[in-house]
Amino acid sequence: MANNTDDIYWQKTSKLMVTMMVLWVIFGFVVHMFVTPLNGIKILGFPLGFYMAAQGSLIVFVVMLFSFAKAQDNIDRECGVAEDE
Amino acid sequence: MANASAGKGDFLNNLGRIYALYTGGFFGFIVLVGILEQLGVQQKYLGYMFMGLTILVYAFIGVVSRTSDVGEYYVAGRSVPAFYNGMATGADWMSAASFIGMAGTLFLLGYDGLAFVLGWTGGYVLVAVLIAPFLRKFGAYTVPDFLAARYGGNAARLCGVLVLMACSFTYVVAQIFGTGLIAQRFLDMNFEVACFVGLMGILVCSMLGGMKAVTWTQVAQYIVLIVAYLIPVVWMSAKKFGIPLPQLTYGQALQSIAQLEQEFVQKGLAPANSLATSHTAPFSRYSPANYFWLIFCLMVGTASLPHVLMRYFTTPSVKEARQSVAWSLLFIFILYFTAPAYAAFSKLEVYSTLIGKNLADLPMWVYNWGKLGLINICGKAAASAAAVADSCKAIAGHTGVLRLQDFSINTDVVVISTPEIAGLPYVITGLVAAGGLAAALSTADGLLLALANALSHDIYYKMINPNAPTKQRLVISRVLLVVVAVLAAWTASTRPTDIVAMVAWAFSLAAGGLFPALVLGVWWKRTTKQGAIAGMLAGFGVTLFYLVITRYFPHIGVNYFGMVSNLNPITGAPLISPEAMKAALSNPALLDGPVAASHPLQSRVGWFNINNISSAAFGLPVGFLVMYVVSLMTPAPSKELQQFIDDCRRPKGKTLMDEKSGLVASH
Repeated sequence: MANNTDDIYWQKTSKLMVTMMVLWVIFGFVVHMFVTPLNGIKILGFPLGFYMAAQGSLIVFVVMLFSFAKAQDNIDRECGVAEDE
Repeated sequence: MANASAGKGDFLNNLGRIYALYTGGFFGFIVLVGILEQLGVQQKYLGYMFMGLTILVYAFIGVVSRTSDVGEYYVAGRSVPAFYNGMATGADWMSAASFIGMAGTLFLLGYDGLAFVLGWTGGYVLVAVLIAPFLRKFGAYTVPDFLAARYGGNAARLCGVLVLMACSFTYVVAQIFGTGLIAQRFLDMNFEVACFVGLMGILVCSMLGGMKAVTWTQVAQYIVLIVAYLIPVVWMSAKKFGIPLPQLTYGQALQSIAQLEQEFVQKGLAPANSLATSHTAPFSRYSPANYFWLIFCLMVGTASLPHVLMRYFTTPSVKEARQSVAWSLLFIFILYFTAPAYAAFSKLEVYSTLIGKNLADLPMWVYNWGKLGLINICGKAAASAAAVADSCKAIAGHTGVLRLQDFSINTDVVVISTPEIAGLPYVITGLVAAGGLAAALSTADGLLLALANALSHDIYYKMINPNAPTKQRLVISRVLLVVVAVLAAWTASTRPTDIVAMVAWAFSLAAGGLFPALVLGVWWKRTTKQGAIAGMLAGFGVTLFYLVITRYFPHIGVNYFGMVSNLNPITGAPLISPEAMKAALSNPALLDGPVAASHPLQSRVGWFNINNISSAAFGLPVGFLVMYVVSLMTPAPSKELQQFIDDCRRPKGKTLMDEKSGLVASH
């Protein structure tokens, strides 16, 4: 039985991992493949393609990590494997 | 003992107040130095005050945090809260290259330089999701500890130590080199002496208190470096655009730069093809493939560098380890999203105040830096007005007006000289120097500790003398720390010219050597000991091979390993024409050994047009593949080991490695 909850825990953890990796690929690489068309759009003087590499993706990474820490902690609690406080 | 732990509790409970007071004191000090400057105190003494006071503070923290406890020495007693560990990681991570070099690189490379900004931040996603929490749960003291436990013994440990040494040593030499440069320029010291002074600054922080002292010093250093980085650029933004938010206002600077770039071409101040390399134009210095491989290698390298990973061994829990990675990235982000603004402002300043000026009317700062050989005009150091006039006269048809192609600036100067270029008071220049010093010292501390711990804990204690008593282990650790530090300072004092390039190599080496073993160790239970060892050696070996061959033996690469010339990213033509290649290869001087940095072939040949800074593009896939195939060919890991992996994956429960003995708990 113990094994079963472990499996569920790891399934959920893996799913979260894959989600994070997909976002990582999108904002680390895919967005920047479209830099030339994006540069046609200007916001506050920033060409959008340049902006995404200089700030946009970075902001996404920071937000991703705080929400990852939260989401993984929720999974830990749900599955009863969170650390004792 | 009761007293000591009560004292520790007091410190940890009052962290917020202590560091708030410290930050306030630092601001007060900046104002004080500013006042002294107005009263006419010499610039040299202002520089001494900044350097002296900050180093004294670091030394004070180092001495107060001295410890004789193994857990405190190696992992700061696992008591560093996520937020503060984030700051410490920020300082640990941001080196002299980030602080001094990043904005300069962006100045020079424009959009393509953003590969560094992206690579050095996005890697933390991998750290948080794939690696750090699991290593924290395991309870390692060092990264090789985990490899040894997961892959059954000292062979895997030794591979880990090998990779760690290869990537950390050149890195620490570069930090001491940076410290020496700053001390030389601002304290007027002889460079070799300056290197050893820097060494003292590093040792006082780390020797007595190990990880514990380094942690609390790094927090203090983060505060100094981020304040020093932000103040000049915030000031410039307020001065130029009326809003003290450089990250927002530099959009306008980018627009002005683009306009000036057009005007220069129209007025004949720049060659027509210079628009292809305009500031925001992508892929003018790196081909798209090189740009993305560089981002990838820097990211994966970040997630594999032992001095970064070991910071997450110090948090009180797995949960806090995860939060701590998020805080780290936030603190790093603050500097990295400001760097492009720094670059844009100083580029605008140079474009609008220098280009198109008569050579006779150049401002004084050009000669100040030109004298040091850091600003070139018309191909020669801009030492004085006469020297500039002479070297430009030598160019046919030069009209005596400075053109874009006449001017070049060393990337390291951009940050250090910007306060002066923008006409800010000297106190800001002193502050920037103190910030650069903090960045170099904090990274050097982390690296030295990683190196010395690998030698003392992994090699001496785990492999040579497992029965060593605690006291002896700590003595050995400190002796080795000093030995490694002196060796690094000595290497730096010989001014190895390649050192800056080698730092970039550390990322590929760490990625190729460690990443597959760390990630598969947690995420694929079937990874076997033999698979891991073969994979580590193959990944590291291929990466190292590509680096060494392309940099030092390009002719061997071309003659025997099917390497060809890399391509120009704009035109797609080979960097070295077939005739030039033939001529270079038939030069008998090639037989004399490794080629010099000035050699036409060095770092310009390769496979598939991939630059050697991204060598892990070959090493990483090979490492993964070998690890996968060999693991499937060897018997699956035992039940116990599978149970061990399950325990690493679950946050609940005690750490798996015993704190005192360092032995892995049995099941």
